[in-house]
Amino acid sequence: MKKETPSAKLIPIEKLPTGIPGLDAITEGGIPKGRTTLVAGTAGSAKTIVAAQFLAAGIEAGHNGVFVTFEESPQDIRANMNGMGWPIFQWEKEGKWAFVDASPQPEESVVTGPFDLGALLARIEGAIKKVHAERVSLDSLGSIFTRFSEAALVRRELFRLAYALKHMNITCMMTAERTHDYGEISRFGVEEIVGDNVLILRNALDGEKRRRTIEALKFRGASHHKGEYPFNVVPGRGVVAVPLSAIELKQRSSNVRITSGNPELDLMCGGGFFCDAIILVTGATGCGKTLITTEFIAGGAKQGERCLLLAFEESRDQLFRNATSWGMDFEQLENEGLVRVVCAYPESMGLEDHLVHIRSVIEEFRPNRVAVDSLSALERVSTLKSYREFVIGLTSFLKQREIGGLFTATTPTLMGGTSVTEAHISTITDTIIMLRYVEMSGEMRRGITVLKMRGSPHEKQIREFSIGGVGMHIGRAFRNVTGILSGYPQHVPAEEITRLNSLFDPDKPEALP
Amino acid sequence: MAPQKLYVLRLYITGRTPSSERAISNLRRLCEEEFEGEYMMEVVDVLDQPQLAEDEKILATPTLVKLLPPPMRRITGDLSELDKVLLGLDIHASR
Repeated sequence: MKKETPSAKLIPIEKLPTGIPGLDAITEGGIPKGRTTLVAGTAGSAKTIVAAQFLAAGIEAGHNGVFVTFEESPQDIRANMNGMGWPIFQWEKEGKWAFVDASPQPEESVVTGPFDLGALLARIEGAIKKVHAERVSLDSLGSIFTRFSEAALVRRELFRLAYALKHMNITCMMTAERTHDYGEISRFGVEEIVGDNVLILRNALDGEKRRRTIEALKFRGASHHKGEYPFNVVPGRGVVAVPLSAIELKQRSSNVRITSGNPELDLMCGGGFFCDAIILVTGATGCGKTLITTEFIAGGAKQGERCLLLAFEESRDQLFRNATSWGMDFEQLENEGLVRVVCAYPESMGLEDHLVHIRSVIEEFRPNRVAVDSLSALERVSTLKSYREFVIGLTSFLKQREIGGLFTATTPTLMGGTSVTEAHISTITDTIIMLRYVEMSGEMRRGITVLKMRGSPHEKQIREFSIGGVGMHIGRAFRNVTGILSGYPQHVPAEEITRLNSLFDPDKPEALP
Repeated sequence: MAPQKLYVLRLYITGRTPSSERAISNLRRLCEEEFEGEYMMEVVDVLDQPQLAEDEKILATPTLVKLLPPPMRRITGDLSELDKVLLGLDIHASR
């Protein structure tokens, strides 16, 4: 082996883009070209899908492939691929895809002396030459270890195979089983033979939900993003990974304003929201968050925008009835194609699946603005990690498409206080609107304030608002009240306010008593 | 004379290696001694005819396949362990 001298140039290993959505971002360009990558995972972690998708994406990019199956029969794999939406029968007919069937045969075999797996290697090479393959997938190695008890022999032959594939400049994926999501890399120590490059698939229990993740554990001589990334298996597309930290903060910023749906609120915000803003509306239950959401949707539709409402707390009928009581006809707007309302129970699927579903609705409907009512409903049914990933995933998706997004969050206490949501996403949001109850003289009144508005001056006052037959009416500021946000509003007489203000007036220094 | 069964055997090898040669000579000797002429023996080199190996789904070589009489049997290895070979071929050695 050549010893590297200090002046020798480091030639980076070339990467082959796999074509699997999200994986190429996580691996910073794909898997090492002309090499073997081990894909290890527990039962049900989608190894076979990844192996098949690697070849399918290759064929779609013009590179043919060979699938060597040790476990499932080619018939089963064809059926699964068809179900995924990949035209496997057509590809086989066109000579773009070849199977090597190494699946278990019913006839038992007696071992009567030394042997090797030369026939398997010859068949693989034959298939590669027949379809001029550039990619090969082997699924899965564990199966061959259980069929031949001579583990040392199998290891030696796998090594020979990996060497031969490298010699033919084939980029190969080999899948292997693991028994634990967090433990040894693989059963049978397969990584010792073909372990230069390792991807790990996990399907671990998180809370009470299954969470699928993919990790680029190591690439010899090549860089990659570290850690686990969530992914989904989407019918018609296969594995879709969500590389969150690979999302760069490169969003453009727009100066175009859109209406919040309420002209008084638009004034408080210095002219309306920015069209690509992320707006957070927080408040206690019953404060008026759904009303703001409804006005946001109706206001956009009135301008001819397409508006998407994702509702996780109320049913369609409830929402439509509420809207009607505030003077907005959602049914009419839906019929005109300006509004779409998607309702779902938060518990109906995991957050990752909600995100995939939402993204596909957005890609199909192409709204100008989206409202989510409420984030708190989703937060309640997930773990912290899942929730944060969902929020970042959705907001960055919206930002990339310059779609305005309004999110509501419930504060846990009736008076004052902050919600957990705010702590997480307040830095991502561009605009924060707070709704609070104000208890005064035996009544529960309501206050609204614009806490934050990136890129624009806005009112600092807490204004009183009421809810009536035409929606939200924002009135005067609470001039004589302090302590609204702390939850202990106190009436302060006007003279006291004047005195307090003058204490800090540089033009009128007070004489010390 | 006892009814004679016809044995049809196919030996798959990968190239002419010492292991392949051993398997061929072991098989020839076995056939001469056990079947007294009522046999057909064929040697298929996987490197020459990979499609045959693909059709039979051969993974390991040498592999001996007993095509006749039924049932079909596979025997892996260079056939040096004679008693296992006989067992695999359903021949009950009465010695």
